[in-house]
Amino acid sequence: MGRRRSFADLSYALVIGSLAALALLIIVAPVVIVLTTSFTEGRSLKFPPTGFSLQWYEALFDPSKSRQIHRAVQNSLEVAAWSTGFGILFGSMASLGIARNRHRLARIADGLFLSPLVLPGLTFGLAALMYFTLIGFRPSLNLIIAGHMIVTVPFILRTTSASLSQLDPALNDSSQSLGASWFYTLRRVTLPLIAPGIFAGAFLAFMASIDNVPVSLFLSTARTDMLPIRMWGMMESTLDPRIAAVSGVLIAAAFLLMLVMEWTVGLTRRMRD
Amino acid sequence: MRKLAEWQLALPLALAFASIFLAPLLMLVGVSFFNDDKISQPGFGQWAKFLGDPFSYKVIADTMLLGLKTVCATIVIGYPLALIYLDASPRLQKVLIFIIVMPLLLSVVVRTFAWIVVLGREGVVNTILLQLGIISEPLRLLQTELGLVISLTQIEMPLMLLPLISVMSRLDPNLRDASSALGASRWRTLFKVIVPLSMPGLVAGCLLVFASSTTAFISQTVIGGVRLIYLPLLIWQQSLVVFNWPFAAVVSLTLLVSVLTVVSALSYLGRRTGGYVHG
Repeated sequence: MGRRRSFADLSYALVIGSLAALALLIIVAPVVIVLTTSFTEGRSLKFPPTGFSLQWYEALFDPSKSRQIHRAVQNSLEVAAWSTGFGILFGSMASLGIARNRHRLARIADGLFLSPLVLPGLTFGLAALMYFTLIGFRPSLNLIIAGHMIVTVPFILRTTSASLSQLDPALNDSSQSLGASWFYTLRRVTLPLIAPGIFAGAFLAFMASIDNVPVSLFLSTARTDMLPIRMWGMMESTLDPRIAAVSGVLIAAAFLLMLVMEWTVGLTRRMRD
Repeated sequence: MRKLAEWQLALPLALAFASIFLAPLLMLVGVSFFNDDKISQPGFGQWAKFLGDPFSYKVIADTMLLGLKTVCATIVIGYPLALIYLDASPRLQKVLIFIIVMPLLLSVVVRTFAWIVVLGREGVVNTILLQLGIISEPLRLLQTELGLVISLTQIEMPLMLLPLISVMSRLDPNLRDASSALGASRWRTLFKVIVPLSMPGLVAGCLLVFASSTTAFISQTVIGGVRLIYLPLLIWQQSLVVFNWPFAAVVSLTLLVSVLTVVSALSYLGRRTGGYVHG
């Protein structure tokens, strides 16, 4: 009996351990490999790279050679900033308004506001393209901002509502019974306490906008090019090695952002809960 | 000044959703009921064309199967990683969660591109296999369903792991200790105690991975190529290449309905099993 037990435990450790190792390998290896290949000396992206050089980074940062990419980065940052800004404003207002409201209509609205998270993005992207075109709008960054706001605001709503639900209602009551106005209570008690939640949500929304494909695919044009769509173009026809350099920059940015967010708002803790 | 009713704070967002979310979706439904690409003759022509073609059902089935295969693959290697996380020291847990969350902050396009470098003709997998002498010719991994499923497994992995870990870390460790103290092997403890109790996290992970992998347009087109046809590619072709908007509307509504059907079936199953455990 004892021997069978230890055999079972051994096989458990072996199977679970090797599958988990495989998972870690699959998560980490591609990222490391892309970083390595981006410094290749060769003209193609084979692995292992044939030598060390910064040629693709130089090509990427050259303003005349890579003007389209720079334009796309600018557009993506601009759209992400505006859509997150509107998202913070509308999203935190909506959260304050209905997160703690048990009324049926409030629950329906809440479900509606979160629905872009499960709805296939392509369906909304196509719908937005048809809608804006048929009512006579010309393609512009403003339309992309509007579309991104819709698909990224759920992130802000979720974290803000979670912070609100952890708020002790007694704080509100005591502030108001001490004579503070509703607005004063909001400004001095509620907002400071839920600010980390809003901030974490805004960060996720910003990243989701930068990364958005389904809405940008349909709403962007050659003039309003967005970074993920441009990168898709660089991969689709002949593989443009500058994309390795773009990836390298984005990997470094994600790594730094992750560290900053961990220190400031404890991002991973928030994502686990 | 009179106090504003609190719910009115939700009005701006409600207006935005009505005008740039609900209205476009309604219009999409409307456009699908036109016979011609000029959107002038109302009728059921496009629906009849799509639903009368056996090819459509193949594409729908392929898309759903792609999602299910990805879900299975993420469970098979993701669940063990979550188990390891559960047993790890707090220090190691911090490192693991960092590794798990970081890909989420990395553009999907970058993660897709990474797999081109890994799976390509001159990629890592082929280089290693050739040097070990296991194969004599480079394998074709890109533009195959296998390659696509492997790539999507990594790309969607964080969506499986985060809900799993969040549910698992709330499990009472005493339950596992009790199970082993009563003589159950670790396998038995896993299948009789940990898996049933982590069901809500598992179901949530499956939903997210399924919804995301079936609509992963960039990964599907770049790694799968144009010969593997899934619903997102069909939508893109019909709307932005052929400009047949009514047909594109039909396909995208089909995508919406089939994804939501599987998602609600999964969450129904999840609730059933959840009820069984707690009941």
